[in-house]
Amino acid sequence: MAKEEPLLILKDVSKIYKGGNAAISNINLTINKGDFICLIGTSGSGKTTTMRTLNRMIEPTSGEIIYKGQNIHKIDPVKLRKKIGYVIQNIGLIPHMNIYENVTIVPKLLKWPENKKQAKARELIKLVELPENFLERYPAELSGGQQQRIGVIRALAADQDLILMDEPFGALDPITREGLQELVKSLQEDLKKTIVFVTHDMDEALKLATNIVVMDEGKIVQAASPQELLRHPANEFVRKLIGEERMLQARADVTTAAQIMLKDPVSITLGRSLRSAIQLMRERRVDTLLVTDDEDHLKGYIDLESLALDSSNRRATSVSDILNTKIFRITTTTLIRNSADRILKQGLKYVPVVDQNNKLCGIVTRSALVDMVYDIIWGEKNDTAAPTSPALKQGGAQDA
Amino acid sequence: MTGLSTWDQFWYYFAHNGFFVLQQFTRHFLISVYGVLFAAIVGIPLGILIARRKKLSDTVIGIANVIQTIPSLAMLSIIMLGLGLGVNTVIATVFLYSLLPIIKNTYAGMQGVDANVLDSGRGMGMTKFQILYLIELPLSFSVIMGGIRNALVIAIGITAIGAFVGAGGLGDIIIRGTNATNGGAIILAGALPTALMTIISDLLLGFIQRKLSPQTSD
Ligand SMILES: Nc1ncnc2c1ncn2[C@@H]1O[C@H](COP(=O)(O)OP(=O)(O)OP(=O)(O)O)[C@@H](O)[C@H]1O
Ligand SMILES: [Mg+2]
Repeated sequence: MAKEEPLLILKDVSKIYKGGNAAISNINLTINKGDFICLIGTSGSGKTTTMRTLNRMIEPTSGEIIYKGQNIHKIDPVKLRKKIGYVIQNIGLIPHMNIYENVTIVPKLLKWPENKKQAKARELIKLVELPENFLERYPAELSGGQQQRIGVIRALAADQDLILMDEPFGALDPITREGLQELVKSLQEDLKKTIVFVTHDMDEALKLATNIVVMDEGKIVQAASPQELLRHPANEFVRKLIGEERMLQARADVTTAAQIMLKDPVSITLGRSLRSAIQLMRERRVDTLLVTDDEDHLKGYIDLESLALDSSNRRATSVSDILNTKIFRITTTTLIRNSADRILKQGLKYVPVVDQNNKLCGIVTRSALVDMVYDIIWGEKNDTAAPTSPALKQGGAQDA
Repeated sequence: MTGLSTWDQFWYYFAHNGFFVLQQFTRHFLISVYGVLFAAIVGIPLGILIARRKKLSDTVIGIANVIQTIPSLAMLSIIMLGLGLGVNTVIATVFLYSLLPIIKNTYAGMQGVDANVLDSGRGMGMTKFQILYLIELPLSFSVIMGGIRNALVIAIGITAIGAFVGAGGLGDIIIRGTNATNGGAIILAGALPTALMTIISDLLLGFIQRKLSPQTSD
């Protein structure tokens, strides 16, 4: 099947106000159906401006915006806006209309019949878990959180598939906020809505977005998935915005063994002679060798100690004779956060990493872990831990 | 009649000239209402306009303010030069004096509509006209009505003076009273209904204002 065309494409979109003040300049962005885009950045970075060009609330000075294959400049703004949900921080419910009337404004503008509006309003009020008799209340009779729930469903009333939200939950308390975040996330995940969401809260963006667009001084600094952003922030600005602590915390949470392992570990097959094992150790300057069978399945290890023990009686001739099979291993998908503790506490120099079929893929060295875990995650709280670890120096040989 | 107290004379006048007083009362009321009505027809759109074009607002309100400072008698005389003696001159004067409160209140009412409500209305795809009649006018109705109430109170007072240019109304009775010897009762017969008219029309408009203002809670 051919790839679906993007819902929105922004090409070199700029907005320059009088006096040459560029609110946004050369914004290029592609939004696919079902995306959850978070625009994030410091105050005045152009998030709102970018968002408001999408429903022609702001006309760009230059550049073009393509919505479902059509230049929005050619679409009547009034028609366009009825197809695009719009939620703002201050909610903007109309005070002299009751909740029912507020929710069904766009259907009313579209001249839906009364029974269809009624059914829609009931369906939506259920969606946000408010009692049906709330439809008869006026906005002033609802709490801030309830009002914002109405603000959100109002943006869905005419089955809009694209919803713009400008810091919709900025003024709410953390618990109410969380509930609403789950609501909008489910709109995207379950109802397949496309959402463009302005926020200056990185936690919110990381939690909700499929794509985070970081803006600074009217330009896009980086547009990436939350994982990508955390792993490879484009520059110092992004790093600062994420915050060192959050970045590292999040990185440890998502880093798998596969990501920090050294590939191509020094290993030898079961059938090889001890002579070649010793030679290999000397060549690679290591004191242990991982042992695999001919299909690369990890069997155990041999180390210099057992070789030395054997050298006195010389009974062993092949690697399998002195094989030590008791070996702690982790799989490629193991989260470092979950195994780091064990590796460090047991004083292992390194641990082999295998895939689901027990095939050897690499090793995670103690020093790589120490770099990552102590210096990075717990370093701030306990910064003396890393240097005093005696095993570090011994294990260092493996890194070479 | 000399033996009667002013109060008795007042009732006497009423008993004999009741119909005439009623006639003048109606005339007076209609002159005021017409003036205010025309002012509303011009002033409300003007207020809406200057709420949209802020640059115009200072000029327009400034002009209306200047009009307001001209003494009403002087204004009547000036307009009389153009329109001659009679009702039209008074209606025109009432019109001019009513403009300021109506324009000012319309402007204030429109300004007072929450910008977020307007923004979300526009963002949902309302046309300018829909925003005006679905949001702005209902929400500023009460303030605009306040302006009209104000204007009507001023108008009733000006119409009383309008009798000097031969427009009739309750002012006419007052002038008769001032011309008669011992005319205190006649003056009262003109003045009291004028005061009553002011109070009643203000109460009435206040009632309408409350009744027609859109609900914002139960
Ligand atoms: N009507 C306007 N005239 C002139 N400059 C404007 C106008 N609107 C916005 N700007 C400027 O454009 C820039 C971007 O504004 P925008 O509202 O998009 O910022 P933002 O990222 O949404 O900020 P915030 O987080 O504070 O909401 C700002 O520097 C702002 O001062
Ligand atoms: Mg903003």
